[in-house]
Amino acid sequence: MTNAATDMNAAPSPDSYVTADGRTIGGVVMEMKNITLRFGGVVAIKDISFDIREGEIRAIIGPNGAGKSSMLNVISGFYKPQEGDVFFHGEKRPLMKPYQVAQQGIARTFQNIALFDGMSVLDNIMTGRLNNMNASLISQAVWWGKAQKEEFENREKVEKVIDFLEIQAIRKTPVGRLPYGLKKRVELARALAAEPTLLLLDEPMAGMNVEEKEDMSRFILDVNDEFGTTIALIEHDMGVVMDLSDRVVVMDYGKKIGDGTPDEVRNNQDVIDAYLGVAHD
Amino acid sequence: MPDQLLYAIEVTLNGLMAGVLYALVALGFVLIFKASGIFNYAQGVMALFAAMTLVGIQNGQVPFAHLINAILGTEIHHFGWHVPALLAILLTACVMVLFAWIVERYILKHLVGQPDIILFMATIGMAYFMEGFGDLMWGADIKKLDVGLPQGGSLWLEENTAWLGGDGFYGFFIDKLDMVATVVAAILVASLVAFSQYTKQGRAMRAVADDHQAALSVGVSLRFIWVLVWSLAGFVALVAGIMWGAKSGVQFSLSLIALKALPVLMLGGFTSIPGAIVGGLIIGVGEKLFEFLIGAPFLGGATENWFAYMLALLFLVFRPQGLFGEKIIERV
Repeated sequence: MTNAATDMNAAPSPDSYVTADGRTIGGVVMEMKNITLRFGGVVAIKDISFDIREGEIRAIIGPNGAGKSSMLNVISGFYKPQEGDVFFHGEKRPLMKPYQVAQQGIARTFQNIALFDGMSVLDNIMTGRLNNMNASLISQAVWWGKAQKEEFENREKVEKVIDFLEIQAIRKTPVGRLPYGLKKRVELARALAAEPTLLLLDEPMAGMNVEEKEDMSRFILDVNDEFGTTIALIEHDMGVVMDLSDRVVVMDYGKKIGDGTPDEVRNNQDVIDAYLGVAHD
Repeated sequence: MPDQLLYAIEVTLNGLMAGVLYALVALGFVLIFKASGIFNYAQGVMALFAAMTLVGIQNGQVPFAHLINAILGTEIHHFGWHVPALLAILLTACVMVLFAWIVERYILKHLVGQPDIILFMATIGMAYFMEGFGDLMWGADIKKLDVGLPQGGSLWLEENTAWLGGDGFYGFFIDKLDMVATVVAAILVASLVAFSQYTKQGRAMRAVADDHQAALSVGVSLRFIWVLVWSLAGFVALVAGIMWGAKSGVQFSLSLIALKALPVLMLGGFTSIPGAIVGGLIIGVGEKLFEFLIGAPFLGGATENWFAYMLALLFLVFRPQGLFGEKIIERV
């Protein structure tokens, strides 16, 4: 590996900087160090390192089967890497269950949408706030005092998310009845409701038409802009990725072949080869 | 009013009460099925075990007395104290929570992601294990359960309704225990519904029931929810065990009430708490009325044994998901 990739790996500086459009990008929030993930004999991720900085939109791109989703699953605890460490807020993270990762403030969406089909949109988004409720079981059982106050507070926050993502009209609809594009938006809403420090989006625009893609792009930018949420996303649509993200990791066959700003990545020969289809050795 | 009609009303009332008791058992099934997709064959045995434990604690029985005596050559059977009913119920509830934890820790945890039939087989194994374990712990003799619930027909009701009919009518006969059971069941169901609708754990429970992966991603621990659900089912089993135990004694046949819950589930749907209640009431009233109007006069009686299943079968043909079950519509 040559070019920009190595530079970014060398020493992620903790210094913050301001982007061209005036957002402040802070220090490193999450760092993946030499991650290797195997399924039996298949190596899904091979010795990959990269970092995510506070407040940035970080994209992971690559052809099908490159290991992008696996990488996201490692971050969110659904897969456990055989080698390598994950550092969150500078601390080495022990192997964690997905729900523990979620409790640390890392929310995610899924490529194939994982919503609670039997519940209403509102209830689905309320589940995003499960970790922000601390009232004791007894207090909740009698539905009094702290539990009641909490429910109202959480409900208010959820309503804000609903307004933000413009899904007021469907708030009482069971999720199972919604069309695909709206389901994706509800899933984003549920993740947002948790007020995450890091938001992971697995192909947020997969299967959408141009209009829906534009809407989703706008929401992602707004979320990042208004709440300062750090976002890591996987996307196939190169145009979208280049417009949205501050930095891009490029994967191919489980390896990292590029890392840097969209412009750096676009001019990276390895990346061009991977996307245009040069024979692999 | 003609006597025949009054008798029919009395039968209906008794049917409703019996239905509530069926519903109590069905409720335990629904809770576990909703949250984990497991048909818990052991629900009936759980009720039996809970009732045995309650009686044992109340009477100050030494658990595993036979085993201890056989090994150590001692002759202890009782601690020699009596525990008040309410405290004994609380202690039994704790035992059921412990049981839920053990089930999760030693059985379910190892079977995550296995096909449903495997989990079903596991609950069958569990049922027989519990049955034997309960006998070993508390002895296999028939026990009398008395937590101070009123028994026998309500005289007050009889006296105050006798005027409705002619000379041959002595008023409605309704067991006081059945009335208590109805009130308890109503409270239990109301609180369960409120719990699952409005609390954090309830919401998490519904989340797990709907989609495991999504539940994990919002920070729900599956294991905690499973312990919670099995504890709740254990508690429901305890309530059912108390009612049925007080009615007909604590003995092996108590575990067979689970069979009565099956048609209720088919009718009401495996995933609906209100469905379990309505299903129970329909079965209760249906079988009593059928016996009274058709069974006894024309079919030689004893129709109560099979009527519920026939009714459930009919329902299955027309509404396979049950009255309140969720119809699964897949978008194609």
